[in-house]
Amino acid sequence: MTVAFKKPESLLDAKTIYCPGCGHGVIHRLVGETLDELDLREKTVGVAPVGCAVLLYDYFNTDIIEAPHGRAPALATGIKRVKSDLTVFSYQGDGDLASIGMGEIMHAAGRGENITIIFVNNANYGMTGGQMAPTTLPEQVTTTTPKGRKTATDGFPFKMAELIAGLDAPVFSARVKITDPKNINKAKKAIKYAFGLQKENKGFSFVEILSACPTNWGKTPAEAVRWVGDAMESYYPLGVFKDIGGEE
Amino acid sequence: MAEKILMKGNEAIAEAAVRAGLKGYFGYPITPQNEITAYMSARMPDLERAFVQAESEVAAINMVYGAASTGERCMTTSSSPGIALMQEGISYMCGAEVPAVIVNITRGGPGLGNIGPSQCDYNQATRGGGNGDYDLIVYAPHTVQEAVDLTYRSFEISEKYRNPVIILGDGALGQMAETVILPPFKEKGKTDEGWELTGAKSRDPRSVKSLRLAEGTLLEHNLHLENKFKLISRNETEYSYEEGAYDVLVVAFGTAARVAKTALKNFKEKGHNVGLFRPVTVHPFPYEELKKAASQSKKILVVEMNRGQMLFDVRLSVQNDEKIDFAGKPGGETFSPEEIENKILSCLK
Ligand SMILES: Cc1ncc(C[n+]2csc(CCOP(=O)(O)OP(=O)(O)O)c2C)c(N)n1
Ligand code: SF4
Repeated sequence: MTVAFKKPESLLDAKTIYCPGCGHGVIHRLVGETLDELDLREKTVGVAPVGCAVLLYDYFNTDIIEAPHGRAPALATGIKRVKSDLTVFSYQGDGDLASIGMGEIMHAAGRGENITIIFVNNANYGMTGGQMAPTTLPEQVTTTTPKGRKTATDGFPFKMAELIAGLDAPVFSARVKITDPKNINKAKKAIKYAFGLQKENKGFSFVEILSACPTNWGKTPAEAVRWVGDAMESYYPLGVFKDIGGEE
Repeated sequence: MAEKILMKGNEAIAEAAVRAGLKGYFGYPITPQNEITAYMSARMPDLERAFVQAESEVAAINMVYGAASTGERCMTTSSSPGIALMQEGISYMCGAEVPAVIVNITRGGPGLGNIGPSQCDYNQATRGGGNGDYDLIVYAPHTVQEAVDLTYRSFEISEKYRNPVIILGDGALGQMAETVILPPFKEKGKTDEGWELTGAKSRDPRSVKSLRLAEGTLLEHNLHLENKFKLISRNETEYSYEEGAYDVLVVAFGTAARVAKTALKNFKEKGHNVGLFRPVTVHPFPYEELKKAASQSKKILVVEMNRGQMLFDVRLSVQNDEKIDFAGKPGGETFSPEEIENKILSCLK
């Protein structure tokens, strides 16, 4: 009998505590499959964020360090600089990466660290109960934007994949979504490509993933997925914004 | 025979760390410790070791946190406002029990203060400026040679207890040049203590973390950290003191102790009965040892380049406020030997 579908080696046999319909679970799976397929499980250190994915070490069958809020790219830099044979990735939410950790992500990208960043954009702070994130859409209601995000006072969202692509050093920056099998496959391709670049010592790779947070959005899982596909995607276009991975 | 060379404090500290087997240096410029970062920027890459000029002290300490979690010897250096920014990372490293060495060549404060030598970060180093119940091991060298020796040794101490170590110097120590004997090159060697993150090859995955959510687990961890510090206090407390029954016993650390030494030398030559008690570890503080020393002397004079921070520890130790006098000099300024002499004279009266 051939096994068509099984749990990746790179994930532990554990139940996650994510809410029904949350994107984190799918994204974990894609990263896990990637590490398996590139034969990286035994050479990887992942950096966990502060946010819903803080328990990364409960789910990944790889070495994991837990960073202070936003600092994951600095930790990843440190690890990679003293152990260049390790594959190092950070896994960060939008509050973690684009708010408190904006300095660390931009500078790690600017230095062109040979690391991979998995950036989960769910347009709010999940763990702390759905406050405005730097990625919250204009007019989106959150617990700290009760009348909707007003750009006049709250500013505009950050388009991180485009920002990273605008820097000289990064070799790959893309935005994907995980709303349906076709897009999940595309997301997987981007993630695998990003890790592959690191494996080949090509440099800094960044994958932004539009992801649902049904709990804090006050939507059913199905509604939340639809919202990712229309509202979020219309503000955050999918695509590859930079790819010089193939060039010397 | 080991050769004596003239070196500036900051550069000597840097070279001592290199010789101790430092694999990663992560820093951000701030006076009066800039020579360390500059020295490392050339020295580390020459030896094919890691050097990064971080974008901030916040990033620098977190680079150390990440790099040191692999079991390699790592260090950052900074001065007062920079160390203030590092407190977040230091707290995490204490919680996650990641060893590393942090050098604080202090300056005057609060705020931007000035770049003069000061001891105003004693409380920050010994009480912890970050969140949570934690303890650092804090060495306070008073000469360039001592700074070299303590820096060299601190990596092993930090690994032994899986606890960050702070070398608490000041601008005077960092900027002065003295002859030193440098220690030989050594390497940490390939040890695996069972916690380092090296990629889960042929073993279960490991994690380095400070989060402990399940009921009771943080309590247990806090008690473990407390017990660890008790052990550190028993094994690692260091001080310098020449046994005696003195009319005045001066208590001072770092640069203040060094100036006090000059003052005391002048006094002894004049036949006065005066002594010095100098904590080498200001945390753990030599409470018992000072208590014993103080009981034999008539008067205790605490001398610090601040408004009286170690004074609190001396009081805890001596438990006789009548006996204690204090001379403080804040503002990023060093004592002259005469200032200390005058104060001792008033104590002798
Ligand atoms: C220094 C610090 N500030 C604030 C917090 C509180 N906090 C925890 S998670 C979080 C937001 C996380 O949101 P995001 O990164 O978007 O991840 P998500 O939970 O949505 O996956 C915040 C503000 C913290 N733990 N540490
Ligand atoms: S709060 Fe949102 S991001 Fe967090 S687990 Fe629930 S759905 Fe996922």
